[in-house]
Amino acid sequence: MGLTWELVINSKRRIWNAFVRIIVLSFCVGISSADAKTIYQTKSDFVNEAFSHTPPRPNTIWLTRQYSPTVKKILGHSYKSKRIKYWRNSAKSVWILEEIGKEKPITLGIIINNKKIQKLRVLIFREKRGEEVRHPFFTRQFIDIELTSDYQLNRYIDGISGATLSVNALGKLARMALYLDKVINEQHQK
Amino acid sequence: MHLEIISDINSSVIDELRLETPPINNNQQDKKQLSKVHNRHTQKEISTTMIKMEPLLMNKKTLLCSSLTLILQGLFLNTAYASQDKTSLDLLKDSVESQSQRITELENKLELTADMLEQNNDSAFSSNNGSTTTIGGYGELHYNSLKNQKKGGKDKKEIDLHRAILFVGHDFNEKIRFWSELEIEHAQSGDGKSGGEVSMEQAYVEFDIDNRVSIKSGIFLVPAGIINETHEPPTFYGVERNPVEKNIIPTTWREGGVSLSARVATAWSFDAAIHSGLSTTSDKNYSVRSGRKAVRKAPANDLAVTGRVKWTGMPGLELAATAQYQSDITQSEDSDAGNALLTETHAVWSKGPYALRALYATWALSGDAPKNIGADKQSGWYVEPSYKINSQWGVFTRYNQWDNQAGNSSDSEYTQVDAGVNYWPHPMVSVKVDYQRQSTPENKDNYDGFNLGVGYQF
Repeated sequence: MGLTWELVINSKRRIWNAFVRIIVLSFCVGISSADAKTIYQTKSDFVNEAFSHTPPRPNTIWLTRQYSPTVKKILGHSYKSKRIKYWRNSAKSVWILEEIGKEKPITLGIIINNKKIQKLRVLIFREKRGEEVRHPFFTRQFIDIELTSDYQLNRYIDGISGATLSVNALGKLARMALYLDKVINEQHQK
Repeated sequence: MHLEIISDINSSVIDELRLETPPINNNQQDKKQLSKVHNRHTQKEISTTMIKMEPLLMNKKTLLCSSLTLILQGLFLNTAYASQDKTSLDLLKDSVESQSQRITELENKLELTADMLEQNNDSAFSSNNGSTTTIGGYGELHYNSLKNQKKGGKDKKEIDLHRAILFVGHDFNEKIRFWSELEIEHAQSGDGKSGGEVSMEQAYVEFDIDNRVSIKSGIFLVPAGIINETHEPPTFYGVERNPVEKNIIPTTWREGGVSLSARVATAWSFDAAIHSGLSTTSDKNYSVRSGRKAVRKAPANDLAVTGRVKWTGMPGLELAATAQYQSDITQSEDSDAGNALLTETHAVWSKGPYALRALYATWALSGDAPKNIGADKQSGWYVEPSYKINSQWGVFTRYNQWDNQAGNSSDSEYTQVDAGVNYWPHPMVSVKVDYQRQSTPENKDNYDGFNLGVGYQF
């Protein structure tokens, strides 16, 4: 044990020097070259991909007094805008939505097919923590999920420790997209 | 005579039309008006004709002429009606087309206005070179009703605003930001306000090197344990923070220095930091918790180095391990004490409504003085299963065991069992109640009883 401690103490200076070198090198390289914007996929690429590169013309839904109370119930607050663009082709609709996790908005792309989520992807992540929610191992949980009559998801989404608020934001937007898909389907049936 | 009457009628119609009709400009509106007046007079004059013809009904010629007149008038009337219907439909069609055009124009203008407003909203962050300031905070009020099982020990029945914190953050640009937490503990501090404390829990500047690497410098939370970095009241079960992390990690533990964070591959993240260290003393039995100096003119003779590796490659699962080395835990003030090494590991797992937290942490202190009182080993662990009944209610139980003098055989071990309920009326607000039962060394305070709390974050 004593020998181990001596080795640790003797290597302190080397650890310190290595640490400082790593930090200075990273700092110089990073600040000079990197762009910190975390765009994982552009909105247009997501829409194009959803419709095999032949997307329909976008439509808009206005969050009028008829729909905004439900959106508010789902999010816990009003959505950031009163007008939302979407792309629709038969039973498939595509939504680009944003919600704040802790401090910054997370931009999501959501594809809904036959009232179920076909794909959910984090397009832009701006938060300091919780970046794990962007990974497929997490977003896969949303596939085939549906909305219940009380606007909840019909399955549990297992969270990520330390990313609770980001996880909540994704869950809220999934519910909102499913609700809006229901609304536009009803509108088109009339 | 009959012809005269008809002629009179037509003349009067023409005269009246001249009087009533505005100057003709050959446009559709004029034609429409003309048609209306003509038609109105036509109907009026039919009635007048009938009255005028009444005395002549006995005369056959007159009768024949009257019939002819009526037929002619009827033909004239039908032609006028047909003409009017066609004109009205054309006018209606024109009007609808005109209104449709106006609606389309208004829709386009509305969309353009909405586009502009949304662009302004979206660019709020990116404007001013990405500069933005945010505020937030959290806090918790506790009521403790604890009976001290130690003979002669004082019960603890108090209500306390344990802590209220205000976050202030500022993004200088997209790659450089400031973050701070200003904390007031126990509601008040200052002269004559013993127990209260005002302190900076965090205050650092962070630089993003790229999407995966960042460096921060200032006062930051040491990357160790489960709740040291994430401790907002709605995020954990139980009114009080668990006693193992409080006494062994020791939470909330912040130091001043430099830290590098990196995310690698899908699920791995690493932290490495060099920072101020603990400064404990023999008077405090070398207890690690007593060594926190909160970067308040803290001695920096012996810095500490901390490293953490974390894996979050599966939904609901976090596995992490931390090691920290400090060359002298008394900051070279006690020649009989020496270096210290903390090792900690934990797991957080949740599956559906079920969750489990488990943590083990231990300190190894060198030097004869700590060894003589058993403080050369300070360790603890806990396990906390929980069940979320729905999105608003959850229940938990926790077994805690810790010992700050575990290096000898003396009775110095504490255990505590907790069980309770969390209620979230809003995801950011929690109301908690729990029951605790302690087992402590002889002649040490031993608290059993209830805790109530309300907490928030925003």
